[in-house]
Amino acid sequence: MTSPAKAAPGRGGVGDSPVRPDGTLKVTGEFAYASDLWTDGMLWGATLRSPHPRARVRALDTAPALARPGVHAVLTHEDVPGRPVFGLDHPDQPVLASDEVRYQGEPVALVAADHPETARRALADIAVEWEVLEPVTDARAVAADPDAHRVQERGGIVRRQPIRVGDVPAAKQAAEVVVSGEFEVGIQDQAFLGPESGLAVPADDGGVDLYVSTQWIHKDVAQIAPCLGLPEDKIRMTMAGVGGAFGGREDLSMQIHAAMLALRTGRPVKMSYNRQESFFGHVHRHPAWMRYEYGASGDGRLLYADVEIVLDGGAYTSSTENVTGNAASLGVGPYEIPNIAIDAVGVYTNNPPCGAMRGFGAVQACFAYESMMDRLAAACGLTPVEVRRRNAVSQGSRMATGQVIDSPAPLAAMLERVDAMPPPPAADASDLRNLPGGVAQTTHGEGVVRGVGYGVGIKNICFSEGFDDYSTARVRLEVIGGEPAALVHTAAAEVGQGLVTLKAQIARTELGVDRVTIAPADNAVGDAGSSSASRQSYMTGGAVKAACEAVRAELLARAARRTGRDDLSVSGGVVVSRAAGAVASVAEILGDDAIEETREYHHRRTTALDPVTGQGDSHTQLALCVHRAVVDVDVELGLVKVVELAAVQDVGKIMNRLSLEGQIHGGTAQGLGLAVMEEIVVSGGVVRNPSFTDYLIPTILDMPPMRLDILEYPDPNAPYGLRGAGEPPTLSSTPAIVAAIRDATGKALTRVPVRPEHIVG
Amino acid sequence: MDFLRPATWADALAAKAARPGALPLQGGTDVMVELNFDVRRPAALLDLSGIAELRDWEEDGPVLRIGAGVPYARIIDELGARLPGLAQAARTVGSPQIRNRGTLGGNLGAASPAGDGHPPLLAGGAAVEVESAARGVRTIPVGDFFTGVKRNALESDELIRAVRVPPAPGPQYFAKIGTRNAMVIAVCSFALALDPVRRAVGTGVGSAGPTPLRAAAAEEFLAARLDWAGRGPLDAGVAREFGELVRAAAAPIDDVRGTAAYRRHALSVLARRTLGWAWDEHRADTAREAS
Repeated sequence: MTSPAKAAPGRGGVGDSPVRPDGTLKVTGEFAYASDLWTDGMLWGATLRSPHPRARVRALDTAPALARPGVHAVLTHEDVPGRPVFGLDHPDQPVLASDEVRYQGEPVALVAADHPETARRALADIAVEWEVLEPVTDARAVAADPDAHRVQERGGIVRRQPIRVGDVPAAKQAAEVVVSGEFEVGIQDQAFLGPESGLAVPADDGGVDLYVSTQWIHKDVAQIAPCLGLPEDKIRMTMAGVGGAFGGREDLSMQIHAAMLALRTGRPVKMSYNRQESFFGHVHRHPAWMRYEYGASGDGRLLYADVEIVLDGGAYTSSTENVTGNAASLGVGPYEIPNIAIDAVGVYTNNPPCGAMRGFGAVQACFAYESMMDRLAAACGLTPVEVRRRNAVSQGSRMATGQVIDSPAPLAAMLERVDAMPPPPAADASDLRNLPGGVAQTTHGEGVVRGVGYGVGIKNICFSEGFDDYSTARVRLEVIGGEPAALVHTAAAEVGQGLVTLKAQIARTELGVDRVTIAPADNAVGDAGSSSASRQSYMTGGAVKAACEAVRAELLARAARRTGRDDLSVSGGVVVSRAAGAVASVAEILGDDAIEETREYHHRRTTALDPVTGQGDSHTQLALCVHRAVVDVDVELGLVKVVELAAVQDVGKIMNRLSLEGQIHGGTAQGLGLAVMEEIVVSGGVVRNPSFTDYLIPTILDMPPMRLDILEYPDPNAPYGLRGAGEPPTLSSTPAIVAAIRDATGKALTRVPVRPEHIVG
Repeated sequence: MDFLRPATWADALAAKAARPGALPLQGGTDVMVELNFDVRRPAALLDLSGIAELRDWEEDGPVLRIGAGVPYARIIDELGARLPGLAQAARTVGSPQIRNRGTLGGNLGAASPAGDGHPPLLAGGAAVEVESAARGVRTIPVGDFFTGVKRNALESDELIRAVRVPPAPGPQYFAKIGTRNAMVIAVCSFALALDPVRRAVGTGVGSAGPTPLRAAAAEEFLAARLDWAGRGPLDAGVAREFGELVRAAAAPIDDVRGTAAYRRHALSVLARRTLGWAWDEHRADTAREAS
């Protein structure tokens, strides 16, 4: 296949690894994050939050705060100009609590002051009279009796999604081997390093200009506008520098609050959470309780799965419906099972609010189904790799939803490849950093046992269940300084994943030009959808490709008119005839004119899941990752050193190897965190560790070197054949590491994160 | 909040006498975190980081006298050979940046039961040199220094000037449990110091009680049972019993970092293991006794 355009070799087109524009700035500390925003005359906003997970607001007196010198505004729910609630999928979360707070940290009042310290003191001046109520904290109790545990008007259940395939009772009679287990996943936090921050500037037209770190500009604006009582075109939003997202910026945080303060005071207002507040300022990964029973033939071929999953969404809907849908549709992973009964339920409680986080419902289920595959292997006397290989899906297999996998799914081959990788050498115990505990010197080798484990994960790419998922790109080609230059404009959020780099690569390849500028992301161009669901290379990549193709078509049409030839392509800024070679430069064709095209890219439509049977072609694309983890465990102290993580991932097409490897490393590290340390610990709805002192994320001494084997089986439905890559490694690294710890210790380890007490207990 | 930055030690003592509520500041690795999170708002900060003499260490007769402002990084680099237990503990403090800023004086001032510097000072028989403008210098044995959770024996007009600690007369080890392999606050920690000359044993236990503490019964037991002169192999039963006595000395709680039961268990393992390392070193180290 020949393309009518290509980037000159090595000039940063698709498949190259050009250096990302923000990389050096971030490493040297010069990158401007949203928390660095500054403008003359700005005020500082601050948020009063509930100390209680559930309480009634009996009285609230803002007068003492307003009286403090330097305070310009104190706002409560009575000051919300428009709709009092917002939400991603259902507007049920109060902008500011009115009668009742439903989670610890729920915003109650806002202050704008001329100094952040003044704002903070003014918060303390606000007198709130609380009537503390008993919080609802047992998600399983809500699932069992939702009416008895109603947290809000919508009730106790966010969504119940069953999956029914075949005849599970009959299969239970036929099974020769039965394994079962209960599993739990604790609350993981995105732990992005750049806290929620932004600047709201009141505009002359009565609207507001917002500069924020977000994941989805248009969805933000669509939620903000009704709460402010403004039309959407009065809200202009521009991406500010994002310090990580991982799903935690998909819900609103300070956006409406800062806009309210700016509109009230007529001054620019900056809000920036500190680390502790950030733990209360965004949703987390849903904690899960899961009961699994599998039956199989004696040779380890699965006959049935009987599964119950309870996800705790906290007090407001956020993304819980879709997280629950994912947990159901991906509840048994990439394995062929003829008889399936899954009941996945997401509930409301007064625990911390949960929503989108990398892996989105698939992570929780993956820990359980992979743990089950190891139990099945043990029961059948098979190796973990062999039992997975025997049940692995492939192209043409049916998922639990009945959806047929219609593009490559080379799981068996991936398992064989990871199994064939050489094992890492024994640890060099002469350097403490190679041992569990590191330089804290808990062992010189005593008690250390090596273990090996495997994990497989499957993740839906792009939005599912009938959502019309699309992205928009505007591309302009013109001559600047005698050279053809492209300008690419989208609203897609660069959250660190490297999309800005990739968009330029696509433009270079499709337009055959070297110079590409990426315009700041804002809502002056159409919706790009969210930077989540591993979808932006696919969706915004697809939109940029389509817009570039339209620009190129116009360019070549002009060139054809000028040259009388119809065998033209463009490369390296030159229009080339297949027969006659170079015929004109792009600059000559364009002259002083510019070509600008805007295109939307929609992925093929999906369908909803049947509410009774859970059947439906709900996913656009599915992506696989396989991990092998090698760990050294100090079995006497319960401390773990992950020695090596090997991964095999199919990405369809390597668009930028450097960025891709970064995504696989990062996703794997986040899965490692969930496996052995990351948890928001909650007691009675109250968070006990809202700090990086006690919410631990992996350091360089925790994350081992990785061995990567990246495969390219093209998906014919996707741009360039690519497959979304950011989330799959987050799924499979967790169960692989826990399996390796089980291998070393012989412990059942049914809960993540695994704590030392679980290993020595 | 007032910010006081005396240039000399005498000025610092005068300032502390005049403003007893002023909070001393060295590297700021603990104090500034608490300020940033609004944990406390002292009326004044007394920044001692400009006082040159606090940043030196010296030999003072039989002891090493370490100024309160000597950062952990220098303890590791300059005193590691003579105070191996303290250097090992210093190596577990935070990140390289924190070790460049954080000081032993600040650690003692904060008096956290989890302070990494405390167990090796307890095991090594250190004393804290404190001073006030009114009453001059006094030296407090480190075992008497910690008086409660984040409380110490300083009077309101006193400042920590130095730590006095004898060079290791024998093997010293420090071990710390954390649920991450670096940059972690101790779930519990243990320091052991053997003194083959005096045939004495020192211990220090961190994060397993309201204050850092010594396991006195374990020390006495072990000192009596070790084959100091014969340097024979360590009796497994003695090691185990030593571990049990350290476990018994601890008074830990359940908290977000770990359970009391795990802390006790881990301390018994750390005590046994550090004893094994120390005894192996003692057996190998005939040179030290001969000299």
